[in-house]
Amino acid sequence: MASITLKDVIKRYGSGPKANQVIHGVNAEIADGEFIVIVGPSGCGKSTLLRMVAGLEEISGGTIAIGGRVVNDTEPSERDIAMVFQNYALYPHMSVFDNMAYGLKIAKVPIDEIKARVDKAARILELGQYLQRKPRELSGGQRQRVAMGRAIVRQPQVFLFDEPLSNLDAKLRAQTRLEIQKLHNDLGVTSLFVTHDQVEAMTLAQRMIVMNAGRMEQIGTPEEVYHRPASTFVAGFIGSPPMNLLSGRADGSRFEVAGQTLSLPVAAPRAGDVILGVRPEHVELSQARAAGWSLKVEALEMLGAERLVYGLLGDGLFTARIDATLTPPKVGDTVTLQVTPEHMHWFDAATKTRI
Amino acid sequence: MVERRATLGILAHAVMILGVVIVAFPIYLAFVASTHTSQEIVQAPMPLLPGGHFWENYVAALTGHGGGAGSNAPVGRMMWISLVTALTIAIGKIAVSLLSAFALVYFRFPMRGVFFWAIFVTLMLPVEVRILPTYKVISDLSMLNSYAGLTIPLIASATATFLFRQFFLTVPEELVEAARMDGAGPMRFFKDILVPLSKTSIAALFVIQFIYGWNQYLWPLLAATSEDMYPVVVGIKRMIAGGDSGNEWNIVMATAIMAMIPPAIVVIFMQRWFVKGLVDTEK
Repeated sequence: MASITLKDVIKRYGSGPKANQVIHGVNAEIADGEFIVIVGPSGCGKSTLLRMVAGLEEISGGTIAIGGRVVNDTEPSERDIAMVFQNYALYPHMSVFDNMAYGLKIAKVPIDEIKARVDKAARILELGQYLQRKPRELSGGQRQRVAMGRAIVRQPQVFLFDEPLSNLDAKLRAQTRLEIQKLHNDLGVTSLFVTHDQVEAMTLAQRMIVMNAGRMEQIGTPEEVYHRPASTFVAGFIGSPPMNLLSGRADGSRFEVAGQTLSLPVAAPRAGDVILGVRPEHVELSQARAAGWSLKVEALEMLGAERLVYGLLGDGLFTARIDATLTPPKVGDTVTLQVTPEHMHWFDAATKTRI
Repeated sequence: MVERRATLGILAHAVMILGVVIVAFPIYLAFVASTHTSQEIVQAPMPLLPGGHFWENYVAALTGHGGGAGSNAPVGRMMWISLVTALTIAIGKIAVSLLSAFALVYFRFPMRGVFFWAIFVTLMLPVEVRILPTYKVISDLSMLNSYAGLTIPLIASATATFLFRQFFLTVPEELVEAARMDGAGPMRFFKDILVPLSKTSIAALFVIQFIYGWNQYLWPLLAATSEDMYPVVVGIKRMIAGGDSGNEWNIVMATAIMAMIPPAIVVIFMQRWFVKGLVDTEK
């Protein structure tokens, strides 16, 4: 087991003036045994970052150290890591046993030990009865487990997961998520897990790295990322439906936004152009003409336990999420919106970072 | 066809049977001819049922005791030469093309594009076009009348290289990466993963190339000048003397029938693999 240190990691394709830089200096310190999820929209560089840790992509700048050893020029097989690929990358012509044993055979591990390790992994993953089958005779979930088994038998210092759940159906995904969590609890191996799915990120991560356009926007526990998003990007990316972001001018406890002036329960932290973020689930709606902001209801969506209320706050769109047991407003009604100060997130309008 | 009507079915079968007869009748006739004496064949009309000289004709052909006006080289020896050359060409072509396709797809080396196009261009130059310079080279290296001379000029194959290149391009990148993570070096990857994955393509190519090698005519005609290095296809031609001289047609036909057998065996036994290799992509 080992820690991972990323220092000013840069990835650039090509060279000279035409070079295309896709990772712009990522710094992160990952502790031994930690489960880190890297999350971001497609094309944000999360997979590239993982592949650089794996050694499948060259590192254009900065250093990556695993267990204190800089691995920039180390072959993937010598980094003491194991990777689970998105499409599993099982060798189609080999049996499940051979798939798991292949790396160990190359490493010249004695055959008895290979057998012991594969049997143990198969027991953990409940693959015992499938050891002699070919990958094509297995279901998607079983293939996924074989891919994990292949990683486990190598007893690596670090597990790398590259969107391993994206090819599973929703039910299996939830189940496998729990299995991965359990596996991490049992083995305690440092893990890097890449996904674009925020539910996976929130549920699996001990700490998560939110990436956007090749930059690390925030690193922190799921609670920190949810409750104190470091930028408007994180605020909009984590949480469903996303946080309402209102750009306006603040002046004391007055906030001008979308053609109207809202009065704030407390003074804004700064006067001038700011962005106010409010999560849909952190507002209260009341039909009585109480003090607050008026929201004209445009549409409603019933989700079962909750109800989404889409409305206009002045000229701007605003989403609220309310308990489905409450009597919903009707389309066309004007309701009153109340937000408590601790649920207001303030961002700088220019830098989009948290104030 | 979606519709299943009796008349259509009968018509379809009639057409198929006609096709089979057109193809099979000459072969049947050759077989019939190989079971009569040479006098019986040249009579008109020619007999249409097998005669009683099957055994002696085939033994005569195999041992070279025909006594016709043309060459009387023993067919047994020719069959052996043909078998060795066809196998060498087929296996050699597959080995060389697998390796060159592997290099083209998985390695970045200087002038890769040039090599790619150089191989591509040879597609446009069949053996017949470059036969004189090839003959000169082989004769200067004194490789005439040898297995090497019969096979080496035919081994390099752009077609097979392209087939394997196309196949390798469809092998998912993740598999290559997984092998790298497992610590497999390039040759290990080639041996443990790429070759087993290509086995159906290899089988299909083996069938095609074995028959290609077996049926070579023009090149062995030049490269084999002594009777004991004739492959059977050339041998048949040499048995037939020109003009009006009396040919032992029964022996010639027996040889032709025997020359057909090995490719037929290869096709029959590898048919399943052959079809799989052409249609199936197991990944």
